[in-house]
Amino acid sequence: MARRDDLGLRAALADRLLPVLVAAMSFLAALALAGTLASASLAASWRVQAGATLTIQVPQPDDPDVSGKLTRLAAVQAMLARTPGVINPTVMSEADENTLLAPWLGENVAQLGLRMPGVISASWAGPGAPDALGATLGVVSPGTLVDAGAVWAARVAALTGSLQDCAAAVLVIVALVAAAVVGVAARAGLAQRRDTITIVHGLGAQDGDIANRFASRATLLVAAGAIAGTLLALPVLAWLAALATPFSGAAGGLFNLPPPLWFALPMLPLAAAGIGWVTAQLTVRGWLRSLA
Amino acid sequence: MVRFEDVWLKYRNPAHPGASARDVLRGISFEIPDGGFRWLTGPSGAGKTSLLKLMYLAEHPARGFIDILGTRAAHISRHDAALLRRRIGVVYQDFRLLPQLSAYDNVALPMRLARRSEPQIAADVSEILRWVGLEDRMNARPDELSGGAQQRVAIARAVVGRPKLLVADEPTGNLDDEQAERLLLLITALNRLGTTVVVATHNMALVERYPAPVLRIEAGRLVGHG
Repeated sequence: MARRDDLGLRAALADRLLPVLVAAMSFLAALALAGTLASASLAASWRVQAGATLTIQVPQPDDPDVSGKLTRLAAVQAMLARTPGVINPTVMSEADENTLLAPWLGENVAQLGLRMPGVISASWAGPGAPDALGATLGVVSPGTLVDAGAVWAARVAALTGSLQDCAAAVLVIVALVAAAVVGVAARAGLAQRRDTITIVHGLGAQDGDIANRFASRATLLVAAGAIAGTLLALPVLAWLAALATPFSGAAGGLFNLPPPLWFALPMLPLAAAGIGWVTAQLTVRGWLRSLA
Repeated sequence: MVRFEDVWLKYRNPAHPGASARDVLRGISFEIPDGGFRWLTGPSGAGKTSLLKLMYLAEHPARGFIDILGTRAAHISRHDAALLRRRIGVVYQDFRLLPQLSAYDNVALPMRLARRSEPQIAADVSEILRWVGLEDRMNARPDELSGGAQQRVAIARAVVGRPKLLVADEPTGNLDDEQAERLLLLITALNRLGTTVVVATHNMALVERYPAPVLRIEAGRLVGHG
């Protein structure tokens, strides 16, 4: 078909409403995409940090252990030193312990005369979670508690996994709504240009010729809207990144967004354009089937 | 060649989809050889326009066999149907011009669909618009033209691609005698060059002035052929 606007699509396919709607959806999609990637990035970093930390509490640390040869604290420390996967077991000093408990017990913990447990911190580099470690230590020092960060890491992973699923669901919903909007716009354009299309079809236009004209126009409008929506999302993303600084540890601002986001954001207009093209093609070809 | 064998056409009433379909054409059979000329006559509502629609593939028959320019219409793909339509020129009773296009672009449309070069389109469109007396109105849009002028644009669009089959539905309805005469000269000239022509008309004076075999249709049946 000719390159010119023979079908009058500039008037038939609204050049304001469709881009505005798509811009709004791209804006939401950009936020959802950022949420997906940021939560994935945070989850990975938290898993590494929390998953590697072990905190062991030894009650009555100065009492003799089961063998009676060592104190319970020394026996646990020796056992930890022999356990594969446990790295750098370090007994927490009394001062550090007091600092740790100060928020609950006040600044003068030592004057309270409480029997404090001995606390050993270590890192875990073994395979999986150190589930059996508590039982192993309990053999030499009954009542010893192991607080493995891996448990929290698993919970954090589950939480961020849920957040990612929600964000992915938002992306899918936005894509479906975008397809529906393009479909409605294409149908409105077809209704407005029904006579014209019937005439052009009667003159020998192929279904593909007509569908391509609609799809090109729809894709142009959708891409323009998607680019605008994505650009408008950037300052909001920068603001959200600033709000998330305490969690991410990175400085806030546009240039500290997760690097994968900089690759993903330009994909939004491309994906929107693809949705626009495919939806318009399917809608128009389906409608043309009603003609002889 | 155009050949109809026991062709039936039914229309459903869109307001009553459950109601039985109405027979518009009943058992139509005829044959027009390549390069033939036929008048199609009959009272209003007899089925002339429906018969022409079957010829330019705007309708599918409920029953029967149709051969258009050597192609069996019943089993044609959508792609091939589009290509076949490009070989058929149609003059519609209601002109069916694209309101947003100029007279020139309306006439150029079939050639652009056939992906002819713009220089060739310019030459052919200018020539045909001159033939129908609209060389000085080629930039006017349909709503800026009189009914007769619009009909001449529609005729120019139908013949500009030198179709193998020309189907015209009351092509002289909005033309004065001089323009009607000029149009018939154009159509007979095309016919002499090998185009098969079918013209539906009420104008019996025209039929008498240009003698040719007549397909006469009444109440959906072919009652005269010859």
